[in-house]
Amino acid sequence: MLEIKCPHCGSRSQNEFSYGGDSSVKRPELGKEVPDKDWDDFIYFRNNPRGKHSELWHHVAGCRQWFKVLRDTSTHEIFKTAKLTEEL
Amino acid sequence: MQRYSIFSLIKNAFGGHKDWEVAWKDSEPKKEYDVVIIGAGGHGLATAYYLAKEHKITNIAVLEKGWLGGGNVGRNTTILRSNYMFDPNGLFYEHGMKMWENLSQELNYNVMYSPRGIINLAHSDAQLNVFYRRGNSMRLNGIDAVMLGRDELKKMIPFADFSESARFPIFGGLMQPRGGTARHDAVAWGYARQINSMGVDIIQHCEVTGFDVQNGKIQGVQTSKGNIKTKKVGLCVAGNTSLLAEKLNMKLPIESHVLQACVSEPVKPFLDHVVTFGAGHFYCSQSDKGEMVMGGDLDGYNSYAQRGNLPTLQHVLTEGVAMFPNLSRLKILRTWGGIMDMSMDGSPIIDKTHIDGVYLNCGWCYGGFKATPVSGWTFAHTIAKDEVHELSSKYRLNRFNTGHLIDEKGLGTKTWIG
Repeated sequence: MLEIKCPHCGSRSQNEFSYGGDSSVKRPELGKEVPDKDWDDFIYFRNNPRGKHSELWHHVAGCRQWFKVLRDTSTHEIFKTAKLTEEL
Repeated sequence: MQRYSIFSLIKNAFGGHKDWEVAWKDSEPKKEYDVVIIGAGGHGLATAYYLAKEHKITNIAVLEKGWLGGGNVGRNTTILRSNYMFDPNGLFYEHGMKMWENLSQELNYNVMYSPRGIINLAHSDAQLNVFYRRGNSMRLNGIDAVMLGRDELKKMIPFADFSESARFPIFGGLMQPRGGTARHDAVAWGYARQINSMGVDIIQHCEVTGFDVQNGKIQGVQTSKGNIKTKKVGLCVAGNTSLLAEKLNMKLPIESHVLQACVSEPVKPFLDHVVTFGAGHFYCSQSDKGEMVMGGDLDGYNSYAQRGNLPTLQHVLTEGVAMFPNLSRLKILRTWGGIMDMSMDGSPIIDKTHIDGVYLNCGWCYGGFKATPVSGWTFAHTIAKDEVHELSSKYRLNRFNTGHLIDEKGLGTKTWIG
């Protein structure tokens, strides 16, 4: 069982959270001409490292806030969590 | 190579089984090969086999960082099926089913192909309608499909929960009678034995650490056992594809996720078919040893750890108990995890790459085992002829740019959201 520290609520068990994937993904800006490649990258291409991974989680059964987590994908160790507006 | 047969069995029985040949031998790498296959799992070994058999290329090394068959070919739930709705999937996997039917004879190795039928249960009228549609599509592609009513199912799987109080009552089901199971380790060993006898080197504990690329052409691979020259490299490293692709400056539409499976203690014959639960993600079958083989959802976050976490297992087994209430009395004997290449549309990728001589076989999501023969067969064609095989021509990498996705279930990597 992962124990995840929600930056708003504190440590809770994994059951309360839902996973949102790579947090480095940026949506192309609205109202601008966006090349197809940028859309492809946004929709389909993700960082998939073995080791430290910066990712999004959703405290879906809690405060319902999205936040960032720095986690190791091979040991599942969680190093740090932060609000969306903060740097990891 | 010594052929396996009833006569060789009798002969060796008299000799106390001391004179059997080694099935395949571990090799040390040579300086150069015509083709290097990375990954001695099901797909890598099958690729080497069809390269040798169909394309007469035998100067091949199959490199494995761990041990032969220690990855997903040894970690799956052994299910074979081609019950797909979309043409590219249906035709591809059905070709694979036809290969499974003769695989034991072809490899002279009993892969224990058991066409016991796979049943997808429906728990609502709407779901039944969707299954009718899929069944019809399958039949149009020449794949066997049968719709089953509640009464027929009661006879076939009497231990399922047919009570009025079931949370998800069983309305009916879609069955592919030729679907079933095969002994996964035998598949790996059967292919390994054949390729080894044709002169292919199987090199274990040999990790690829880098690639030698010059002017957009592959020249060789760097490994923990030294450099190997080659003009063609095939990647069959499910779970770790992104890591090797990164060394080739490629970013792939893949996330690595851990998928768990488990077996119960062995019990007497109880379930004759492979059955999937329609109101969640759970499936089970009974092995020849009597264990219930069960699996379901991904753990739900990127992972390279070949072990999972309890909440997912608990969730999956809760579904199992909803389907077969008497499973609750069984003890779990063993659980394990494997790393899936989860592609963004849920379909595999078999293709050439931007580097001349580097070929990609990845993105199998949950379904790599059943594809082992046909994946090896089409991938061998791709490597030998430097062109994509017609059967796998819809599994190209550029579909994520052109929009021609094969989103059979509309799920992709985050299957728990669907």
